[in-house]
Amino acid sequence: MVLVLALGDLHIPHRALDLPAKFKSMLVPGKIQHIICTGNLCSKEVHDYLKTVCPDLHVTRGEYDEEPRYPENKTLTIGQFKLGVCHGHQVIPWGDLDSLAMLQRQLDVDILVTGHTHQFTAYKHEAGVVINPGSATGAFSSITYDVNPSFVLMDIDGLRVVVYVYELIDGEVKVDKIDFKKTAA
Amino acid sequence: MMLNGVDDEEKWLAEGVAGIQHNAFYLHRALDSNNLREALKFAAQLLSELRTSKLSPHKYYELYMRAFDELRRLEMFFKEEDRHGCSVVDLYELVQHAGNILPRLEGDTVMDAVEFVLQNFVEMNKLWVRMQHQGPLREKEKLEKERNELRDLVGKNLHVLSQIEGVDLEIYRDSVLPRVLEQVVNCKDELAQYYLMDCIIQVFPDEYHLQTLETLLGACSQLQPVVDIKTVLSQLMDRLSTYAASSPEILPEFLQVEAFSKLSNAIGKVIEAQTDMPIVGAISLYVSLLTFTLRVHPDRLDYVDQVLGACVKKLSGKPKLEDSKATKQVVMLLSAPLDKYNDTVTALTLSNYPHVMDHLDTGTNKVMAMVIIRSIMKNKTSVSNSDKVEVLFELIKGLIKDLDGMPTDELDEEDFNEEQNSVAGLMHVLYNDDSEEMLKIIYTVWKYISGGGPKRLPFTIPPLVFSALKLVRRLHGQDGDVAGEEVPATPKKIFQLLHQVIEALSVVPSPELALRLCLQCAEAANDCDLEPVAYEFFTQAFVLYEEEIADSKAQFTAIHLIIGTLQRMNIFGVENRDTMTHKATGYSAKLLKKPDQCRAVYACSHLFWVDDQDGIKDGERVLLCLKRSLRIANAAQQMANVTRGSSGPVTLFVEILNKYLYFFEKGNPHITGDLIQSLVELIKTELQSDSTNPNQASDNFFTSTLRYIQFQKQKGGAMGDKYSPITS
Repeated sequence: MVLVLALGDLHIPHRALDLPAKFKSMLVPGKIQHIICTGNLCSKEVHDYLKTVCPDLHVTRGEYDEEPRYPENKTLTIGQFKLGVCHGHQVIPWGDLDSLAMLQRQLDVDILVTGHTHQFTAYKHEAGVVINPGSATGAFSSITYDVNPSFVLMDIDGLRVVVYVYELIDGEVKVDKIDFKKTAA
Repeated sequence: MMLNGVDDEEKWLAEGVAGIQHNAFYLHRALDSNNLREALKFAAQLLSELRTSKLSPHKYYELYMRAFDELRRLEMFFKEEDRHGCSVVDLYELVQHAGNILPRLEGDTVMDAVEFVLQNFVEMNKLWVRMQHQGPLREKEKLEKERNELRDLVGKNLHVLSQIEGVDLEIYRDSVLPRVLEQVVNCKDELAQYYLMDCIIQVFPDEYHLQTLETLLGACSQLQPVVDIKTVLSQLMDRLSTYAASSPEILPEFLQVEAFSKLSNAIGKVIEAQTDMPIVGAISLYVSLLTFTLRVHPDRLDYVDQVLGACVKKLSGKPKLEDSKATKQVVMLLSAPLDKYNDTVTALTLSNYPHVMDHLDTGTNKVMAMVIIRSIMKNKTSVSNSDKVEVLFELIKGLIKDLDGMPTDELDEEDFNEEQNSVAGLMHVLYNDDSEEMLKIIYTVWKYISGGGPKRLPFTIPPLVFSALKLVRRLHGQDGDVAGEEVPATPKKIFQLLHQVIEALSVVPSPELALRLCLQCAEAANDCDLEPVAYEFFTQAFVLYEEEIADSKAQFTAIHLIIGTLQRMNIFGVENRDTMTHKATGYSAKLLKKPDQCRAVYACSHLFWVDDQDGIKDGERVLLCLKRSLRIANAAQQMANVTRGSSGPVTLFVEILNKYLYFFEKGNPHITGDLIQSLVELIKTELQSDSTNPNQASDNFFTSTLRYIQFQKQKGGAMGDKYSPITS
């Protein structure tokens, strides 16, 4: 069992002051094995903070990130799953599932994690999953109105992944769960 | 009976004195013959005369002074001979602790006891003070030790006074304190004065201090000018504030005796009297007074401001503080109200607060500004009107612009970034539900940050822009403005400001950020149905792209953002839209690298096909885009052949194939199964010809695309039918 935190579009301090306190209290060091961040952290402080939650941090570049070392996209293998990460502003139309599916095929991954729209989504698509963890700070977005802060925890166990989405709605954390099973290759 | 008693006492005293004289005679003889052992024996016998319980305190004191005088010879002996042995202090201690003294005090009247101890105190203090001024230098260390021991005994007298039962407030106020203070002031010895004042504060109850505040404080300004009075007063205020906090019933007493104004006056007088007091001393006194005020009268902001005001008065006319200890105290002074009030804005209303800050050097001023910001963040204080925002930004101006021409280049970059990010974060706590007030806040912020210079603007502008865009969205969500009515806050007005703000960013120059913000504004204007505004922002974005963004990678990202935004815009009329899409495809085809060109051009295909109800669906121009990107991919392939002797990666073709599939599925009639089929064949050929130099990623991409086609075919239904002619 491996826990993977996926989050993005924090936009600190451009559009938000900080992560919600309730999220911060959940993200304690030592519980999470990998972090996937789609980008738009927007400050070094956020990067440093995520490193304290888990040192195995994989970040791709959002259009507001200045850090030149963040790549446009990234793939990594966790257990039996191949994961792809990309911020998503490169995929037009933005947030379009069919276009994201093309990126999924291009990166040849089981799970694609992208951001940019600030809207949590998780689709089973063909033989894989396309996940958008939303904005962890609930940052303002041109694409999505009334953004709730959200992030995703993936529990990867063998050929099974359980995707938990945590959403802060009116000050309360709501959890939802999506199950996905990979057919053995 | 009474008379008898007195007679008896005289007799006992005479006996005691005779005993002392007898032993003293032999003691002196022993000393003359240098016989220490004998001397000590007689000294001990001499002292044993003090072991009597028959005498009244007064008579006993006489006896004890006699014994003391006789023993002085012994002391001289020790000093002259420079030998080690029993010191005078030890002897004194012996006298002091000789049993039967204190218990018997209880039998007499309180006043007698008080009188006895007071006299004892006065004499001992005189001795102590005298000792400070004598003795050869080479014995400094030893003398110091003795003095310290004697000092403790002097203090013990005060302790005894406080322990005597029956010394109530009245006796303390009328007899004890005036006598003790008289001795303190008159001894004119700085060490003794400091020590004794400290003792008085420590040993007597706080309630007494409160009720005799005027007398106690009155003595303070009469002390020697070098006495460390600030420590004494801090102790006093510290104790008093703890006392006040112990019970709510006590607070009225403080008000009744006007504790604050008495302390405040006393501190003023002390600072005035001690002309040589370093500035750090004066400020630390104010820190103590402020701490007292915040603890005892947290609701009296006027008091707090008064303390700050007094500090400003002390600092005024002087150059900026350079003494690091003094600046530290000022930082403490300014931090105290922030720590006390969970609502940082409270501190902002203190009129003297900024004046105190003005006396800090540039570096410390910034440190203090950061303290203020952190306090706001910690308390999640919301700053809810433009006046408060003004005060706040006035306080943190050291962070938002260059002060005293201090160049920012000299700062550590990481520190600078952290500071500016803090200022940026502050924007999120400036909020008011009322749109008009919110707009005022935004104007105020802009007034302050606009002068921040090229290094700060890229940090401070984005949060301002997003705050303004949120307001735009809020206004748009409300009922539309009534025609003819003068509405103070409108999206149009905000967009005007935003134009100006982003313009400042392009001057920095920070064209990439400016372009992104332009596009955000364009989209917001789109949502507000303001076509000309949206058009203007888009034009600004194109100008930035054209004139300012030179790096090929930055261009590639920028053009994607332009295409992505434009794809979502639905407000442009046909003509404006054509102008925009024409520009976007033109710039796409002009990117430096062929693969970049190819990808940007096929992305442009989405500008002609928007997959919603009212969206534009120009299938022909979609096909034109895809064909154009295919030509570029071919060119890229040929170029790779020429330069590297091998074909380039096939991935561009597979990407285009996927775009074909996309529009095929969306029902674009110009994208046919045949076209797709021939593209699949083309890729297969390319892959085979490239078998010497296989590219795993392209292979996998193609394989998964074919698998997708297969998947769609097997789906059945309309989609399955659509896909059935394609063989892969």
